[in-house]
Order: sequence, then structure tokens, then C-alpha cells
Amino acid sequence: MRRLAWRVAELTAIREETPTARTLVLRVPGWPGHLAGQHVDVRLTAEDGYSTQRSYSLAGPSDGEHVELTVQRVPGGEVSPYLTEVMEVGDQVELRGPVGGWFVWEPAAKTPVLLVAGGAGVVPLMAMIRARRTAGSRAPFRLVYSLRDPGQAYYADELRHPDPGLDVTRVYTRTAPDGFARRPGRLTAADLAGSGRPPEYEPDCYVCGPTGFVEKAAELLVSLGHEPGRIRTERFGPTGG
Amino acid sequence: MAIISRGFRGRAREGGGKLPPGQYLTDDFPVLSAGPTPRVDTDRWEFTVETESGQAHRWSWAELLALPYETPTVDIHCVTKWSKLGTTWRGVSLDVLLEDVESAADYALVHSYGGYTTNLPLEDLLDGKAWIAYRYEGEEITPAHGGPARLLVPHLYFWKSAKWVRGIRLLDEDWPGFWETAGYHDYGDPWREQRYQDD
Amino acid sequence: MTAPAQDGYQDGNALAGPLGELFAVDLTVAECRCAGCGLAGPVASLRLYGPAPGLVARCPGCEEVVLRLVRGPGSAWLDLRGAVTLRIPLGSEDAF
Ligand SMILES: Cc1cc2nc3c(=O)[nH]c(=O)nc-3n(C[C@H](O)[C@H](O)[C@H](O)COP(=O)(O)OP(=O)(O)OC[C@H]3O[C@@H](n4cnc5c(N)ncnc54)[C@H](O)[C@@H]3O)c2cc1C
Ligand SMILES: [Zn+2]
Repeated sequence: MRRLAWRVAELTAIREETPTARTLVLRVPGWPGHLAGQHVDVRLTAEDGYSTQRSYSLAGPSDGEHVELTVQRVPGGEVSPYLTEVMEVGDQVELRGPVGGWFVWEPAAKTPVLLVAGGAGVVPLMAMIRARRTAGSRAPFRLVYSLRDPGQAYYADELRHPDPGLDVTRVYTRTAPDGFARRPGRLTAADLAGSGRPPEYEPDCYVCGPTGFVEKAAELLVSLGHEPGRIRTERFGPTGG
Repeated sequence: MAIISRGFRGRAREGGGKLPPGQYLTDDFPVLSAGPTPRVDTDRWEFTVETESGQAHRWSWAELLALPYETPTVDIHCVTKWSKLGTTWRGVSLDVLLEDVESAADYALVHSYGGYTTNLPLEDLLDGKAWIAYRYEGEEITPAHGGPARLLVPHLYFWKSAKWVRGIRLLDEDWPGFWETAGYHDYGDPWREQRYQDD
Repeated sequence: MTAPAQDGYQDGNALAGPLGELFAVDLTVAECRCAGCGLAGPVASLRLYGPAPGLVARCPGCEEVVLRLVRGPGSAWLDLRGAVTLRIPLGSEDAF
């Protein structure tokens, strides 16, 4: 085992997810592989030596030397506008990871899983969904995805036709698509209690998103009877997408 | 050696002669936090000065506001490298608060609601160099920026200007505070770039 | 721009990179016991404030400081005074 060091990563492809979020495909020579849910720290350095770093979740299982991040642009932010608007294919950043052994899903796990995402919080949870697919796992999965409006949906095509055994519930907080039964509004206990994975199933719960959202969602899960020890959280910070 | 990210500039920043070495100019007022923001009701608020002999002096919020105030316009320099020029505050000079305090102490340990502490030589609080500030740019200081009242010692890095200030202990010996015990410089002079220990 | 301050923290998970620079094992999965209230839980579940001027991890039970990490140009300062113990999983097959 070695202590963690910075690696140089090169942007090889970009996928627009929404008008304000994009997936960056990076080539990282010597990438050791990772588990779904882990993240990397990204470090940017300006020409005058000014340097700053932020954490980003890995969006999918590793594919050799390629890793994917999905970044939401935070208005007025220092790093996310660079990653979503300025950086071009061929540009380099420094990155260290994979890190974080707690907020992870192990492909061998058979326990039912409840994923609760707020906004960009869907990124590490999508990595779990993809890892489940890659591993051919049959662990029952349910994703509750809270987003402002349909235009904010990441991975829209992929989640439109979910894998067998994956149930996707969308919660729109501001504007719902035409004909959508649920009225727009914040996540409620009913959204989490709906279809399957009640606490008696003892699912492993993974909650991710902006800090305020995670706080609220974790509270709702506990109020529904989920054991706090089975709830793992990843708070992105005050804005965090 | 770090590689340069093409086109990355970070938050807008320019130099200028008024900036200490290594600092960048900012127009906003970034909030750094080391814990939850205390919400201190001015009805309960008090400020104490405790001397090395254990004598305590107290001021309630109303008593603080009744003291003569000043409105210093000062530059502030954060150890995280941003500086903000020409900020205007209203507050009571420590010269006023310490006037009737009998002490031969050399050091001060400032403590805050929420548990934060910071240390400095007592002389750095005197002679018009420090205030207990309770207004910023004509408004009450918001809790995020240290309200209802914060220490203002602009000639040192801004971590010395303790938010949510609650009191000062005068001590014969230097007693390092929250950041000073975790690698930051004991004194913190921005013009000598005293960021970390041994700088 | 000032976000509600109560939202201003992340999970201890985000310590994985900064601690990974110092230690070969992932300390975020270690169970730590708070010196303030005795609550035990993974380092990953602490409330993390910062990163500047330093990382401050607080107990989710009593909000006391459990761990502090300051990274300077040539040194890192790590303060673990708020943790009574860290229990670090090493895997059963590892010899001891
Ligand atoms: C473990 C982990 C995983 C994460 N994964 C992801 C992910 O997969 N995708 C993702 O999009 N995000 C993720 N995040 C969040 C990410 O790390 C950043 O916090 C986010 O991208 C915002 O960074 P920024 O530099 O753009 O904004 P910042 O510069 O950090 O600013 C955030 C907000 O604060 C305000 N602000 C802060 N400082 C100042 C200042 N000096 N002046 C003015 N305004 C200021 C900004 O206006 C902005 O609204 C993750 C966070 C963690 C901890
Ligand atoms: Zn505690």
C-alpha cells in the first residue's frame, strides 16, 4: 500500500447531461480501479501558481484507465464553472484517488438497496447502479431521485429504461412533466415509503446531495423506521449541485 | 510540481500595492467556518475581560452600545489569501474597554461563543489597533460574519479577528488558540507572511 | 452568497483524500470514539467543516471537535485530541 499522490488526468471526452451539467471522461494512466461510491479530489492550478481543490464522485465503474465524473455548474463557484464551461478535450487536471471506503457499494452484496439522490447527488448512486449492472448483481435496488424539473435529469436515457430489479422514482421539486401524478414539492416520507423497500426489508440506504437535502432525507428515513446504522450519507456541501 | 490547468484562473483577483505578499483581492466577503454558526441573542450576550488575577469585568449588550464608538475603515487579510480593502465597521475600541482594567499581563486569549479561541500579545489590542465591532458597512453584523459582535484586529491575519466574541482572558503566558495549536502562526502578521508555524 | 451556515458542512467521507496523503490505510472507515460524549461511529460520519483555514471534523452527537487537519506547504498538522480511540479495520487475513 502506498500513500496517496496526485496523478495527471487528461480529458478525453465530454457528454452534456443538462444545460448546466456535464460528464467528463478522463484518462488517468496507472488508475488502480475503484468501488462505486468512491470519489476523487481534483486540483486545479492557475498560471500564477494559485491552486485549489474539490471532491467529485466517480460516476461509473472504472474502465481501465478511464474514469468519469459528472459536474454540476454552481453559479459563482470557483471550480465547477471551469470544469463545465472552460475545460476542453486534451486539457489536463490533477486528480488523486480513488478515496473514501465508507460510502461504497460492494458488488458482492445481496442486501436490498435504497438510493436517495438530490440533484448532483445522483452521481455516486449512478455509479452503484452501473456497478450492479456490470457485476450482474440481483440485489434489489430502488432509486428515489429528487430534482428541480425534468430538464435537470442526469443520465436520462439510461434511467428511462431501468435495469431489471431497479426501480426508479422521480420527485420533482419545482416543475413536473405534463401528466405526472405527483405534485411538485420537496421530498416527503411518502416518496421514500412508496413502492417497496420498507424498513422491514432492512435495505442499505445511501443518501447523497447538497447538505440540506441529505439532512432532511436522512431524517425522513429514520422517522420511517430505517435504522440509522444502515443509512450512509455523502453531503456535497451547501450548494454542491 | 503541479501541472497548470489551461485557462483556469480561480476567483477573480488582482494584485495592487496595498496587498501583503501572496494575497489576492476579492470584492465579496467569503465565509470560512470551523463549526456551526452560533446564534447569540443580544439579550443573553455579554462580554467579559478576566485578568491574570481572576478579576472579571462584564458588559451587557446595552452597556457595550452605550460606550463611545469609532468607525474604522480598514483592509482585512485572510490567511487563505484573500484580502478585502476599505471595509468600514462600527465598534468600541479595546482601549476603552480595557481602560479601567488593572493588569500587568503580556498576552490575551480571546474566546468566542461556539468555543473558538485565538491568542495575541496584549499590546496588539491596544493603541487604536483593535475593536469589538458590532456593525459592518452600516448594518448589523450577520451571524455568518461573526455577529452580534466580533473582534476586529485588522493588522493581523483575519483568523485573529474572532467571530462571536465573548471575552478576553489576560494572561502572563502565551496560550495558543484554536488555529495556533494546529499549525498556524502564533502571531500572524500578513506583511511578513506569517501563515504557518516557522514562517 | 452566504449559504445557511447550518448547511456548511460535508461528511467525514471527504477526509479520505487529505488523510490518504498521510496514511496508507483508509482512516475514514475507522470507528472513532468522541472524547466529548463517547459516541462511536466511522470517521466518515463526522461533520466536516472547512477546508480552509483547516479541516475540522466534529462529532454528530455533541458538535465537539474530534479531528483537525491543517495542510501547510511542507507539513501537515493533525490533531486527534477529540478522539479517545480509532479502531482501524485491517482485514482478518492480515497476520499480526
Ligand atoms: C465527497 C464529495 C463528492 C462530491 N461529488 C460531486 C459530484 O459528483 N458532482 C458535483 O457536481 N459536485 C460534487 N461535490 C461538490 C463539489 O466538491 C463542489 O463543492 C462543487 O462543485 C462546488 O464547487 P465550486 O468550486 O464550483 O464552488 P465554490 O467556489 O466552492 O462555491 C460554492 C458556493 O459558495 C459561494 N462562494 C464560496 N466562496 C466564495 C467566495 N470567496 N466568493 C463568492 N462566493 C463564494 C459560491 O458563489 C457558490 O455559490 C462533491 C463534494 C464532496 C464533498
Ligand atoms: Zn461527541
